[in-house]
Amino acid sequence: MPTTAFLTDSTLCIGCKACEVACKEWNNVGEDGLNWSGFSYDNTGAVGAQTWRHVKFVEQSPEPGFGGNAPELNSWSFSSDVCKHCENAGCLEACPTGAIVRTEFGGVFIQPDVCNGCAYCVVACPFGVVDRNRDDGRAFKCTFCYDRQKVGMEPACAKACPTQSIQFGEINKLRADAESRMTTLHERGMADATFYDASDSSVGGTHAMFIVRGDPRAYNLPPNPEVPTIYLKKAWRSSAIGALMLLGGAIAAFLADGRNGNSRS
Amino acid sequence: MSDPVRIPPRVPDESSERRLFEIRREAESTGKIAAPGIHPAGAPFPTASVETGYYGIPLLKEPAWTWEIPLYFFVGGAAGSAAVVGAIADYTGADRKIVRDARWIAAAGSVLSPALLIADLGRPARFLNMLRVFKPQSAMSVGVWTLLGFSSGASATLFAQILADRYGPSFPIRVMEQAGQAASLAFGLPFSNYTGVLIGATTIPVWNKNVSNLPIHFGMSGLSAAVGLLELMGNQRNRALEMLGLGAALWESWQGLQIESRQQRAFEPLKHGPSGTATRIGGLLSGPLPAALRLMTMLAGKKRSNSLRTAAAVSAVAGSLLTRFAWIHAGHVSARDWKLPLGSR
Repeated sequence: MPTTAFLTDSTLCIGCKACEVACKEWNNVGEDGLNWSGFSYDNTGAVGAQTWRHVKFVEQSPEPGFGGNAPELNSWSFSSDVCKHCENAGCLEACPTGAIVRTEFGGVFIQPDVCNGCAYCVVACPFGVVDRNRDDGRAFKCTFCYDRQKVGMEPACAKACPTQSIQFGEINKLRADAESRMTTLHERGMADATFYDASDSSVGGTHAMFIVRGDPRAYNLPPNPEVPTIYLKKAWRSSAIGALMLLGGAIAAFLADGRNGNSRS
Repeated sequence: MSDPVRIPPRVPDESSERRLFEIRREAESTGKIAAPGIHPAGAPFPTASVETGYYGIPLLKEPAWTWEIPLYFFVGGAAGSAAVVGAIADYTGADRKIVRDARWIAAAGSVLSPALLIADLGRPARFLNMLRVFKPQSAMSVGVWTLLGFSSGASATLFAQILADRYGPSFPIRVMEQAGQAASLAFGLPFSNYTGVLIGATTIPVWNKNVSNLPIHFGMSGLSAAVGLLELMGNQRNRALEMLGLGAALWESWQGLQIESRQQRAFEPLKHGPSGTATRIGGLLSGPLPAALRLMTMLAGKKRSNSLRTAAAVSAVAGSLLTRFAWIHAGHVSARDWKLPLGSR
């Protein structure tokens, strides 16, 4: 089976939200609040238990040549966010039931018939993607359309995207595509085009890669996401020291007490 | 959502009409209007940038756990420590009342802990799914298996003790009691502090920045609670418990000092706001207060020392309980701080 990936190119995204709609329709995901955010045209906010694709509306300060609009107006970029399907996935490592697995396509998948809603994956995700559904009790996130991929089809979001901003394919081919796309963008003078796949962090790269304009932090893409298993060594060392302190303390205290004669009156 | 800005009705006057005429003249003569135009309510509008992040929307999700989890941290810590204290008291031939009381605390914790853990699950009926795998890289998985071993051991020990009380000692009962006690000691040691590993090895900044001391901190907090409970059950004269209680209180004081001396942004939920207040009160009740009370008992007379130790015990138990809730609360606040994962200032 080929290892597959998403390449989401924000320079092509028009913010139509077709991916959000397609995702909800195909996966039968419920609505998650029809609220005005009050700070931008983005009223969805973030991916979560009931939002597996989310189009970010990034309004940035004017930059000459940035988008081709009037110099005093904010620039616009859109970027469709999704589960990153990490190479070292914090949620997968943390899951105590084995509900979260890596599929034959390299994606990270929560088996809904196994998940018991312990919510440990929620605090293990460095991208804040997975969340527990309050009504249902289980944890949910993008499935990478595992059901569609199994029958040889592309994910619903990629199929519905009208501008090929969401590209889907074999991961090495997409990496090469991203590289040539970056070269093209830089040649055209889009010097701020940036490729993001977190491959230089402990996450070890993602199966959802992004091309954004400007600093990825404006898109809530963390510069140094960490898979929490890197903290385990320190944590268990501390646990062992704590256990020795408890054991040693108890032995010392009761032996000393015994030597002085039982102190109970 | 705020109400739309209410615009009062305007009455045309000389100055308004002069201004409109000026605009027309400017348009006629230059072909454009240089005026700044209207300034919409709410402007300047928020933007996304390195300094402001994505409109300040937090990247990380807040922990989805409910109140059962911090309570479980408290119960598990006290029960695990009590089992260790009880087993060592038994092996060193200490006062039998301590051994028996400690077994009750451990057994009560071994029933309450899984109940709390299961109650928090989104799908409690699927608790057993936790036992389909063992994953050393998941602190939750290791913890569940530790809990299983501990609960079996601690409840078997108490069961054997009850049988021995009712039917007199016999060899099979003795075997069950000793095997159960050995298991509750072996599993009680990690069970007393693994919850520090559980929250330390996460993406929540205030937790993972404390990963090297959280397990020891939680372990000492659990010991402090176990000693306090044993004292409240009528073991106020035992010197070994006094020493253990003092040691735990001194460690908790040191832990409080360590938190207060750190200046990083990630530590702010432990010092400011409601979570900071809870952490500080929890710290005072766990550390300096019982430590001072316990030191005073050494100087006080017999009668006064009893009430001082009771006060220290109550303080330690309350401090341990509050500390667990404070750490979880701080985790929520930390997850909401969008600047931390983006490395912004």
